[in-house]
Amino acid sequence: MSQTQAHHHAPPKGFLRTHVFSLDHKVIGKQYLDLALVAVCTGMVLSWLMRLHLAWPETPIPGLEKLSPNGAAGGVITPEYYLSLMTMHGTIMVFFVLTTAPFAGFGNYFLPIQVGAEDMAFPRINMTSFWVTLVAFLVLVAAFFVGDGPPLSGWTAYAPLSAVGKDAGPGQGVGQTLWAVSITLFCVAQLLGALNFITTTLDLRTKGMSLARMPYSTWAWFITSVIGLIAFAVLMPACILLILDRVAGTSFFIPAGLVISDRLQPHAGGSPLLWQHLFWFFGHPEVYIAILPGFGIISHILPVFARKPLLGPRVMIACLVAIAFLSYTVWGHHMFLSGMNPFSATLFSVPTLVITIPATIVTLLWIGTIYGAKLRFTTPALFCLGFVSVFVSGGISGFFLAQPSIDTYLHGTYFVVGHFHFVMGVAAMFGIFAATYFWAPKMFGRMMSETLGKWHFWLTFIGVYCVFMPMHYLGLAGNVRRYSAFTDDYLKPMIPLHRFITIAALFTGAAQLIFLFNLIRSRFRGPKAPDNPWEATSLEWSTTSPPPFDNFGGRPPIVERGPNEYGGARGADYLMQAAAAAPASAR
Amino acid sequence: MGKLFAVVVAIIALVSAALFASHIWWLPVDISAHGHAIDRQLSETMVTSGALFVLSQLALAVFAWRYGDRRDGRQVKTFPGGATPMVVFATVLVGAEVLALTFVGSKVWAGIYQTAPDPNSLQIDVQAEQFAFYFRYPGADRTFGAVHPERIDEASGNFFGLDPANDSTARDDIVVPSLAIPVNRPILLTLRAKDVNHAFYVPELRIQQDFVPGLVIPLHFTATQTGKHEIVCTQLCGLGHYNMRAYVEVMSQEQFDQWLKERAAEQ
Amino acid sequence: MQTHYGWIIGTVVLVASAVAAHGGPPASVGTVSGKVTYTGTPPKMKPIDMAKEPNCAKEHAAAPVLTENVVTGPGNSLRWVVVYISAGDQGSTPGTETVRLDQKACQYIPHVLVVQPNQPLDIYNDDPHSHNIHPLAKVNPEWNRSQPAGAPPIHTKWEVPEFIPVKCNVHPWMHGWHMVLNTSHYAVTGEDGSFSLSGLPPGKYTVTAWQEQFGTQTQDVTISGTESKTVDFVFKARPY
Repeated sequence: MSQTQAHHHAPPKGFLRTHVFSLDHKVIGKQYLDLALVAVCTGMVLSWLMRLHLAWPETPIPGLEKLSPNGAAGGVITPEYYLSLMTMHGTIMVFFVLTTAPFAGFGNYFLPIQVGAEDMAFPRINMTSFWVTLVAFLVLVAAFFVGDGPPLSGWTAYAPLSAVGKDAGPGQGVGQTLWAVSITLFCVAQLLGALNFITTTLDLRTKGMSLARMPYSTWAWFITSVIGLIAFAVLMPACILLILDRVAGTSFFIPAGLVISDRLQPHAGGSPLLWQHLFWFFGHPEVYIAILPGFGIISHILPVFARKPLLGPRVMIACLVAIAFLSYTVWGHHMFLSGMNPFSATLFSVPTLVITIPATIVTLLWIGTIYGAKLRFTTPALFCLGFVSVFVSGGISGFFLAQPSIDTYLHGTYFVVGHFHFVMGVAAMFGIFAATYFWAPKMFGRMMSETLGKWHFWLTFIGVYCVFMPMHYLGLAGNVRRYSAFTDDYLKPMIPLHRFITIAALFTGAAQLIFLFNLIRSRFRGPKAPDNPWEATSLEWSTTSPPPFDNFGGRPPIVERGPNEYGGARGADYLMQAAAAAPASAR
Repeated sequence: MGKLFAVVVAIIALVSAALFASHIWWLPVDISAHGHAIDRQLSETMVTSGALFVLSQLALAVFAWRYGDRRDGRQVKTFPGGATPMVVFATVLVGAEVLALTFVGSKVWAGIYQTAPDPNSLQIDVQAEQFAFYFRYPGADRTFGAVHPERIDEASGNFFGLDPANDSTARDDIVVPSLAIPVNRPILLTLRAKDVNHAFYVPELRIQQDFVPGLVIPLHFTATQTGKHEIVCTQLCGLGHYNMRAYVEVMSQEQFDQWLKERAAEQ
Repeated sequence: MQTHYGWIIGTVVLVASAVAAHGGPPASVGTVSGKVTYTGTPPKMKPIDMAKEPNCAKEHAAAPVLTENVVTGPGNSLRWVVVYISAGDQGSTPGTETVRLDQKACQYIPHVLVVQPNQPLDIYNDDPHSHNIHPLAKVNPEWNRSQPAGAPPIHTKWEVPEFIPVKCNVHPWMHGWHMVLNTSHYAVTGEDGSFSLSGLPPGKYTVTAWQEQFGTQTQDVTISGTESKTVDFVFKARPY
């Protein structure tokens, strides 16, 4: 009887309340993940179209004309449609995949469970946050179906290209406005989400769950939400100002005297650099919003399969905090050549290089954790190891771009594309894959196929290197990014390497079908998952698979130790954080 | 599985590094006075970070090879010294690297972007627009005519918005879509954007700079070799971005004078 | 009741126009012809440097294309002037033939193109690279679309009379005009500046000459019977 009184809310009844407009953080987390899955498939298809066009620009792509009669008349992608695909690919991936899946998705599902709470602090705000995100996604995708198609100004939407309207080119009319509205909504959703994460972490921890005993994934989500709270709070007003410039005739980002498409623009007094500052003040921390949950997930999962504690747990947390702090001091490295005072380039360069120190420590801690381990090479473990590898590859190239003198040459080339795809695209995706294989048994109560998982890992791991490593070579040779075709004399010799990348990208993309198949099949046909299949310690493994509505069946766990008790530190192979509670099977 | 992972990671690391080292894809010839400093900075960064890259990947590979769970009941081992060596290694070594790169690199950067242009520079006005570059030489009077955006008319070739009817200094301005510069002479470009952001990038000149609407941005350099190279735009500017290019031809002073005279006659 | 009247009026109009269409040309039609010239100093026709598009630069290597905003010929003649009946028009036939615009070697061919409302217009890209066609229409819907090499022709039309400047942003020197006129009595002057408007039934007409840089001039002319009238236009040119 006291059991039911402990509930904030009783389990809902009816399909809509249970599965659609649910207040349950677990359902909301899965909804975020499903949205991210739809988004990532969309984004990947867009990238295939881009890659096909880059490799064989004049070859018609069958069926594409139906999707966009103007953008691909006869199946041949126009330059503006290429840029639209690129803009939508970037926007969808950065916002609706890399922010949504590792942070909002897995965070929503597991943060409350890992701190021993029944739900998020504000379930209604949590639900609102998801539905606003969904609306934001639909608004963005709607741009495909309006007159001139999606915007073409890239995910960075530099003004005045993004601010002056349709004179700037096809897609810059309604399409760009939809983009700005979508991102504004997305910011609202993320701000609501961040507040929820912070409050839940601080206020709803169960008895004994001190901050120091929180799993690293929880730490990472907590730190990420603090970053997000500041970052999205800057991007949102910036997007509103952009919308005003576009529809209300203001001139926040538009200076006087611009002649676009033979028309003198009726604006004066704005600054294009203001947009860049506002955008990158969000944009660089956004990189960490995408990757820090990955750090947390890897730090959480690696010890499970290494069967030993994470090396330097407190150092790890300190590094995450340091990275979060430094992430706000480096945005100018995107703007070395933007026309801002060149003196400030040095100022922004130093923290950018300094941030490599905590990043290096974090990497060494993972590698050090593997030292002397008893590694169990499960699929999630392989993705953790792969994560370390690709993060190193992507992080190292940051050394080059952090230096203004080298950026003078490499800025605006494929070197940058290779760099950020490795570090925030591929690494974050490996974090998501590791998390999916690791937590799917808990979320769906069924195991995913290890055989298929391993095939998926190997093909993906080799594939991404074939796709993104050559981009560094292209960049060194001066291959400019965001070009829809390579018509310059000095770029023509690069086309064979571009074809190689395209083939590798299609191959890697096809490998994701294995993942998709595995995910869907295991959801219905997979073997039943035990409560703690991986012999892990944190609270989510103390409850059933999947957990009951209130996560712990009305008996909040009492935490006795940190999450790091592996490897017989106290005689046993591992010790649950809430070992004192009755065995899960007894419930 | 651990051994397979180790082998794959090692192969990836070594092949990647070898392809960097092979210089199959590498920077084109440097034709600028300042470029060697950038190239040296790049090479030094390549060597140090390349070593870091290979070492980290190999460490990962070796540990994955060695520390698989063979269910033999052995105890796990902690890294000797715990996290401290990691912190010390990263802070000292990477810190030193950061300091070194910053000190040397800042000097290189400052030498290009924070120094005043040579007072004897040849000044050329550059306008970037969707989707072309136009270059303006001051003509015989050595004075640029004022620009009036409202007068820009591409159909008649008035790309800069000059007012030759009322402004006599504008009448002899030479406007061309290709850049010609004399070799070994300091060049000062003033970059202005007609419509949106663009960038000026010549890989061989090791120089890149954005055009920003509303700002006139100075950019100076000296070319040390004659030859013809492409100027490309590296800042997304719209549908024709990929096709926004011009040529820079570095020529001897005599050839340049002759070229300028011919262009002046065409105006 | 109103709808009934509508039917009656509509039928009458249809029958009348059918009679007009099948009745052959009126017994007597006249012609207005003449020449368009300038006085003063026109702007210089400057060679266009197409270096940025090597394909086109190669095509014109022997004889560079000159700017086309003011094209002059022997005897101070002006080319690319559109002369048309702007008032008093009668006997016009709707434009049904497809008009073709070519983008060839980075030039619009023709530089000035006349169509009537809803007349089919096909736009071809004959070059091995992409162009974008951007008609800066104000009354008609404005559009802006690329046509890559190998893409099919764009089939379009203009609905409302308007003088529409057309440009290619990728090749900023490419400038042309789409003149949407509500009459079939129009002519575009050739190199010698001459024009001829034929098939004009007797009546009082206003003839307008339009030049993209110098604007418009009008003259009134009365045609009675089968006669040929001469109307010359002289534009005052300034060098800048």
